[in-house]
Amino acid sequence: MNSKINLTLWLGVVLVSILLIIMIVGLFYVPYGVNDMNITDRLKAPGSAHLLGTDNFGRDILSRVMEGARTAFAVGFVAVSIGVIGGFIIGSLAGYVGRWVDEVLMRAIDALMAFPGILLALILVAIYKPSLFQTMIAIGVLSIPTFARIIRSGFLQYKEAEFVKAAKGLGASHARLIVTHIFPNILSSIIVAASLSFSTAILIEAALSYLGLGVQPPDPSWGRMLNESQSYISKAPWYTLAPGIFITLTVLGFNLLGDGIRDLRDRRK
Amino acid sequence: MQSVEHIVEIDSLIKQYPVGGGLRAKQVLRAVDGVSLSIRKGETLGLVGESGCGKSTTGQLAARLIPLTSGEIKYKGRDITQLRARESKAVRREIQYVFQDPYTSLNPRHTLGTLLEEPLVIHGIGERRERKYKVHEMLERIGLNSAYSAHYAHELSGGQRQRIGIARALMLEPEFLILDEPVSALDVSVQSQILNLLKDLQSQYDLTYLFISHDLNVVHYMSDRVAVMYLGKVVELTDVDTLYASPLHPYTQALISAIPTGTGEVKRERIILQGELPNPLEIQGGCSFQSRCPYAYDRCSREVPALTHGGEGHLVRCHLHS
Repeated sequence: MNSKINLTLWLGVVLVSILLIIMIVGLFYVPYGVNDMNITDRLKAPGSAHLLGTDNFGRDILSRVMEGARTAFAVGFVAVSIGVIGGFIIGSLAGYVGRWVDEVLMRAIDALMAFPGILLALILVAIYKPSLFQTMIAIGVLSIPTFARIIRSGFLQYKEAEFVKAAKGLGASHARLIVTHIFPNILSSIIVAASLSFSTAILIEAALSYLGLGVQPPDPSWGRMLNESQSYISKAPWYTLAPGIFITLTVLGFNLLGDGIRDLRDRRK
Repeated sequence: MQSVEHIVEIDSLIKQYPVGGGLRAKQVLRAVDGVSLSIRKGETLGLVGESGCGKSTTGQLAARLIPLTSGEIKYKGRDITQLRARESKAVRREIQYVFQDPYTSLNPRHTLGTLLEEPLVIHGIGERRERKYKVHEMLERIGLNSAYSAHYAHELSGGQRQRIGIARALMLEPEFLILDEPVSALDVSVQSQILNLLKDLQSQYDLTYLFISHDLNVVHYMSDRVAVMYLGKVVELTDVDTLYASPLHPYTQALISAIPTGTGEVKRERIILQGELPNPLEIQGGCSFQSRCPYAYDRCSREVPALTHGGEGHLVRCHLHS
């Protein structure tokens, strides 16, 4: 049992760390300029000069994938932050205050959840001009319901807990009850949800960009690379595989990390 | 009556909970139905009754952990039910509550040091070092090593945890302590240690206790006077010796007769109550105990008995004694 739990967590940590390192290295060094074209080197298979080959304009795929990692992580980070902050405000109000505040907020969240995620993202992006910024906001707003629900149920669970009542009996303020007694107990579920949402955010970003409604040139994106590569999928499969594998590994990494943390927490309980 | 100093005077306390709702007619459950108690400074008032009779609710109302429906709670002559936030905080410092279950009333994520220091932090008492010193002092006082301040609640035994629960309530040097079944969750062997600790602390700090329990032996050991509750009402109230020797209310008589006697004592006739505790929502008029009372007669179904004097300082709510 223990070893299996650790394996999940460790695989997640290792995968996410590797991807983070690739992203950070990409900030300072990429083998070739991201937009450097070289007509003579079009659609070259992976080799010593180009580790992951080149695309239809002769651009180095490894460099573009490294730059794409930055976009993916930025989208994930900003979107999850929006989700956590928005979710905390809504969820804590609904859970702590209760009564009609709870009713109103949760019905609004239900309405938001009734839309298929990708559709809502499409609407939000379509209203404004598609861009990296719009994509982040749209995905962030989309992830608010998940966090709002988790945080609300945490508040409902711990609001009536005896140790919270005990603190109230000592004269603790609302802020104190929330910050020092309720929040630390629901932090681990927030972390798990954040990790899982991180991978969802990256996946939605890739999907939107693949559809041409997400990140726009010159910002690099794995999703758009997939889109651009599909005409060459039989001639140059590496062009499709490189961003595809990175998307898969990132999503897998954050899912494993989230599951691993959850298992760790459950075992502690 | 006014010659003795009452630190707490509870008058006609009522706590209602709405039941049902939606399309059904809304009903109201009176968990506490007009409880009046006066507690003298330095005494222990025992509050007994079976589960669901409202004794814990009464305690929580007195500690103002939950809002009341109506009634008055006077602490040192002042009504504390309608206080502003700041005054309310000041009163909370003097009235503290010890929870039944030390497993759930201590935040699992805080060290014992943090838990004990928190009351001081909330009320802005002392510098950090002074607070730490007080925490260590209190740990020693309740029979734990000061090294425990770095430990978590789950590392302790039940008895040790309840010591922490009591210590936490005492950090603010309160005058009135509400003890809600403080030993019910503990092993019998540990119970007496905690009870003796409570007695020591009471005489050392001149504390007043409201001691809530369903255990008649424990109440006998701890209390100066005892109030018996049945379905939200006080049915009998007198000093402990009178109550255990000559109970007047049929319910109290049944309770007392059910206490196992030690060997060598004259065997008492056990009065076994018929039926279950009735659903408090279905009580018609009259005395709430009539459905189980062996002496019930026609008047009991017509009239709600009042709390009357059945002897010197002995209150009883029964038509047989009015």
